[in-house]
Amino acid sequence: MKTSTITKVVQLLAIGIYSIGILSSCSSQTTQAEAAQTKETAPAEMPTIMAELTDAPNVPAPITRKHAAKVVVKLEVTEVVKKMADGVDYTFWTFGGSVPGKFIRIRQNDEVEFHLMNHPDSKNPHNIDLHAVSGPGGGAASTFTAPGQETVFSFKALNPGLYVYHCATAPVGMHIANGMYGLILVEPEEGLPKVDKEYYVMQGDFYTKGDFGVPGLQPFDMQKALDENPSYVVFNGSVGALTGDNALTAKVGENVRLFVGNGGPNLISSFHVIGEIFDKVYAEGGSTINENIQTTLVPAGGAAITEFKADVPGNYVLVDHSIFRAFNKGALGMLKVEGNEDKKIYSGQIVQKIYQPEGSTVQEMPKSKAPAVALASNKDMRLELGKTLYAQNCQACHQAEGQGIKGAFPPLAKSDYLNADVNRAIGVVAHGLEGQIKVNGELYNSTMPKLKLSDEEIANVMTYVMNKWGNKGGEITPAQVGKAKANYKH
Amino acid sequence: MIFHRLFLLILLVGVCCNVQAQKSLPKNMVNVKGGTFVPLYGSDSIPVKVKTFLMDVYPVTNAEYLAFVNKYPKWRKSAVKKLFADENYLKKWDGDLSLGPNAAKIQNSPVVNVSWFSAKAYCECQGKRLATVEEWEYAALASETKANAANDAKFYQRSIEWYSKPNPAYLPPVKESFRNYYGLHGMIGLVWEWTQNFNSAMVVGESRADVTMDRQLFCGSGSDGAKDVKNYVAFMRYAFRSSLKANYTVANLGFRCAKSI
Repeated sequence: MKTSTITKVVQLLAIGIYSIGILSSCSSQTTQAEAAQTKETAPAEMPTIMAELTDAPNVPAPITRKHAAKVVVKLEVTEVVKKMADGVDYTFWTFGGSVPGKFIRIRQNDEVEFHLMNHPDSKNPHNIDLHAVSGPGGGAASTFTAPGQETVFSFKALNPGLYVYHCATAPVGMHIANGMYGLILVEPEEGLPKVDKEYYVMQGDFYTKGDFGVPGLQPFDMQKALDENPSYVVFNGSVGALTGDNALTAKVGENVRLFVGNGGPNLISSFHVIGEIFDKVYAEGGSTINENIQTTLVPAGGAAITEFKADVPGNYVLVDHSIFRAFNKGALGMLKVEGNEDKKIYSGQIVQKIYQPEGSTVQEMPKSKAPAVALASNKDMRLELGKTLYAQNCQACHQAEGQGIKGAFPPLAKSDYLNADVNRAIGVVAHGLEGQIKVNGELYNSTMPKLKLSDEEIANVMTYVMNKWGNKGGEITPAQVGKAKANYKH
Repeated sequence: MIFHRLFLLILLVGVCCNVQAQKSLPKNMVNVKGGTFVPLYGSDSIPVKVKTFLMDVYPVTNAEYLAFVNKYPKWRKSAVKKLFADENYLKKWDGDLSLGPNAAKIQNSPVVNVSWFSAKAYCECQGKRLATVEEWEYAALASETKANAANDAKFYQRSIEWYSKPNPAYLPPVKESFRNYYGLHGMIGLVWEWTQNFNSAMVVGESRADVTMDRQLFCGSGSDGAKDVKNYVAFMRYAFRSSLKANYTVANLGFRCAKSI
């Protein structure tokens, strides 16, 4: 008795398997099989909706329907070369053409018919594990898809929340490290509270052979991945994906909601918006709401929903507050808030002035006096100091040996002009000289600038010049300089 | 009923041709001297033995496959049974006996978009067979200079760079690709290749579950128990093979034949 029942069961099974085999061997019949499956999973009264999928940083519109639906999601896997940073390319494996993958938005108790299409040009098989799925592998067990194939499975969204999805094909870490992740939002039946702006931000760490910024098409580096030592940590798939022209925007007074995900594969994110406090954080993307949060932890393969009101205008920088990642590995984004200022909330800069720790009466530190100028007490000292002054102020034109440059700068060596009237020469040094003069029989018509020298210094340099290169010698004193300056004003 | 159908299948595949075994080294084949190797999933205590065998120097080209379908009409694009090849069979060909407008560019490139059934038939018609996974992996372990480059990070890098680059618009001619120690061209860096027992690795769609199965072959959550975790490119070959069914045809999947001695 028992044996015959088993035999019957086996026969039935065999027939069943056989019929499935026949159906799947013919394309036109396969479509019918799919249709039959569709009927089974969707009650007649449940409407069928094609899911709207969006690229980051955009998210699909909030769900307004008050009933569950059958939602068809079609997600295509492609392997594409895209920019990682300026001059740096990387072969990203994507759900929908970019990193992170398309944002999927459904409602609690929806029944999702999920199609995973692997583009014929793909090099590798892929699958998908959606953390919103209750079932083996989160769907991965049913979606192992070779290039050029499509797989379908369906699931019911039992739990509301914000969930990561990712590829789970071996080697799993590499598929995730190449950018195969995204977010699926399961809205609670009552919906999320209305806000003015919603954005999709997802962090990921990348491991390239070349270090940060090394140009060219960079291959994946397994060793760095094993060491959890990424070359790049970025928001939305590349350095600069959320800065400059790509910055997020909002207006003053608007409530902003960020759907924040972390694809990993390795790092946990300390997500923070510089200059904002999250009014609300749906911790880990779940139902618990935490309030007044500065930095929220987003686990690898996890998510968070953050909300805040943009109170005052300005640029707000999104960072992973594990801060070297932000400024040295790329984890920077920006939210530009435009609108009227509110000086009570934030004044802007009111004063900028020099800070004096001792108070305004003390102007200098006790030891901060400049060293006193050396005063010459005899002719030798004057010659010594004058030599330096000559080198600093005169030598460029009149040359090291006082020979001058013919036709441009008159000579000082054996100069008839100089030796004829030393006081006139002092006047030239003190006030400068412009116009034609005759020196040693040559005409010169150039400009000698007025030198910023003290009487003491002029005395020193003139003494030096008068005692060099065959000139007539003697010592010029500061007193003589004072007199000569007054007499020769030009 | 199911047995009847299986029988039919064997008939269809098996009767394609009748070729005598050749005794001297056939043209464009090399001798791969047997030995042992430790596949990525193994531990040092379980090396796999591979007997000496012959292997095609190059993957089968479009021109060669065209000659095959010329001779065996049932493997032509329009005639092939859906059971044996899906609708992308010879997708880039223009028609049954035409490679299309880019014939000149692709005639010496590996034929792709062929199913396991058709690849197997081709090899049998040449008096050959598909290589086993073990033979293929053994032969592919060779770098230019070493039969076994298992510990050569540079050698892995070649594979890694190929795997991480998207497919080119036209595959290069088979003769232009990397030649290894045995004289085999394109084992790495050209196309994936069909093997006789391509789906014998116990890899399920949910690859991370494989590791919990009490099975020797797995390709799972990365590397628990794998011999060399850095050789992750090998995981990709196992994963790729496991994603296939025998009637699948893929744009970067070709084949070459082997022969026992």
